Amino acid sequence: MTYGSPKDASMSEIAIPEINSSTQATRARIEVTRGFAVSDGLFRRLTQGAAVFVLVLLGGVIVSLIQGSIPAFEKFGLGFFTTEVWNPVTEKFGAGAAIYGTVVTSLIAMAIAVPIGLGIAVFLTELCPISLRRPIGIAIELLAGIPSIIYGIWGLFVFAPFLQQYIQPWLISIFGSVPIFSTLFSGAPYGIGMLTAGLILAIMVLPFVTAISRDVFETVPPMLKESAYGIGCTTWEVIKNVVIPYTRVGVIGGVMLGLGRALGETMAVTFVIGNAHKISASLLAPGTTISATIANEFTEAVGDLYTSSLIALGLILFIITFIVLAFARLMLLRLEQKAAR
Amino acid sequence: MSFYPARRRRNALWMSLSVVSTLVGLCWLFLILAVLFWEGFDGLSLAVFTEMTPPPGSAGGLLNAIVGSLIMTVIGVAVGAPLGLLAGTYLAEYGRHEKLALVVRFINDILLSAPSIVVGLFIYQVVVAPMGHFSGIAGALALAVLVVPVVLRTTEDMLNLVPNTLREAGAALGMPRSLVIRRIGYRAARAGLVTGVLLAVARVSGETAPLLFTALNNQFWSTNLNGEMSSLPAVIFQFALSPYKEWQQLAWTGALIITLAVLAMSVTARALTARAIKR
Repeated sequence: MTYGSPKDASMSEIAIPEINSSTQATRARIEVTRGFAVSDGLFRRLTQGAAVFVLVLLGGVIVSLIQGSIPAFEKFGLGFFTTEVWNPVTEKFGAGAAIYGTVVTSLIAMAIAVPIGLGIAVFLTELCPISLRRPIGIAIELLAGIPSIIYGIWGLFVFAPFLQQYIQPWLISIFGSVPIFSTLFSGAPYGIGMLTAGLILAIMVLPFVTAISRDVFETVPPMLKESAYGIGCTTWEVIKNVVIPYTRVGVIGGVMLGLGRALGETMAVTFVIGNAHKISASLLAPGTTISATIANEFTEAVGDLYTSSLIALGLILFIITFIVLAFARLMLLRLEQKAAR
Repeated sequence: MSFYPARRRRNALWMSLSVVSTLVGLCWLFLILAVLFWEGFDGLSLAVFTEMTPPPGSAGGLLNAIVGSLIMTVIGVAVGAPLGLLAGTYLAEYGRHEKLALVVRFINDILLSAPSIVVGLFIYQVVVAPMGHFSGIAGALALAVLVVPVVLRTTEDMLNLVPNTLREAGAALGMPRSLVIRRIGYRAARAGLVTGVLLAVARVSGETAPLLFTALNNQFWSTNLNGEMSSLPAVIFQFALSPYKEWQQLAWTGALIITLAVLAMSVTARALTARAIKR
């Protein structure tokens, strides 16, 4: 064992400083790691907090609107939804005319935007030369980028006079003798009114319907389309029998998303709707929508009941759009899951 | 086989309808831009950028409105963008498969298309009513609420494009998760993150509805965030509906300025995303 001791000594001599330096290093490492652990946890919590904040935001919107609309609902009860009267002087308020206008203008918009949007989506996915796809797609999407107020000013000064001079007299004279249509297109051509608002909304939601239809059309597996072409289908037959059935949920989702936009659109409609609180059978007559009423009257509203009624309108609008948009997202989610499978 | 010509004809009919609808869709963009240039270009002069909004019947500019818009947009983005960025980070990095992320993603997509006027009402209820008066800061907060969903969505999408191998390489070097996200994820997705902010700026700079009863409007020069503040869209709204020729001209000019700015931002954002995806 005598020869062993110097070896042991030398080993321990080497080992001791090593242990020393390594404990120092370990300590430093532990410290750094601990620092990392803290900042790591903090960052994670921070991002999680921000994510939760989005939910808080939604909750805040709902709670504050409900709170603000309580006086109106207490006063008018459920009749608020159906009453057409909106009279700030006698303080009698009802949402009937505004809800009617919102629904009618949005329906006009969808009736026009959906066929055109689907047509463009078909063109972009099936017919368009590859080099033109991006430019045309971008040009359509830029329509969505134009601020709402620009549509409003354009609608009021350019589009409405055009409709008043050329389109509306023509509609009145053509449909004047057709039973149902004669009431839809009766009255004087004012230019502004529900039809004009609906048409402008159609232009505004067109890019949304187009973009989503195009995206969902692109999820169709090429194999499916090619096999249809392979047995001799024409492009139209491929679209009708393969593309549309495959993407039906997605298209419905896109349409609902557009509808959600149309329902809540404010400034453009405010310019051209005419702001009349009445329900008219004629589409040419001026009307109002929920958002236009709020935009027009909120700053001038005197008295708690008036303000509260306007907030109640806002609550109704938010609930309607929320349901429509939630439905749209669920549809799109279903298509996504199908595509992932 | 006698079907064949009929099928061909039907196909030709539907396909030409599709082409027609594309032309119809495209014509609006050009019609609107043409009118904006036609009506707004004449009014475009140095005075627009150097003078205040005039009283009815006299000449002036849009300086206070432009400055007001800039201030509120900058604050709105400064408040909303970090929130959106962090929340988007959570959805893409930490909570990819968690319930919370699913719910937040769903709600965020709804907020993305929710009517902006409702946001105005919300801010009116929680900021303006307690304060007792309209203010620039309320307007900025309303815009911030609109910024969050846009930035959140783009951030998540862009971080999802970052290849996982990059993250794994970082983790293999011993980097903690938060550093991997900040030093690798954010850097790799930088162009995309900028896009998100740009899109948000483009979205809010044209917004009128949420400003109407939060920041209201102001005829005069004001940088006081606690007071009523002018903004370009609100001035356009007021001037366009007025009977005065000078005001209407200014409204058109303002409309042209806003549209060009917004479209420029959207195009830049698109170019950036295209590059990010190509890489």
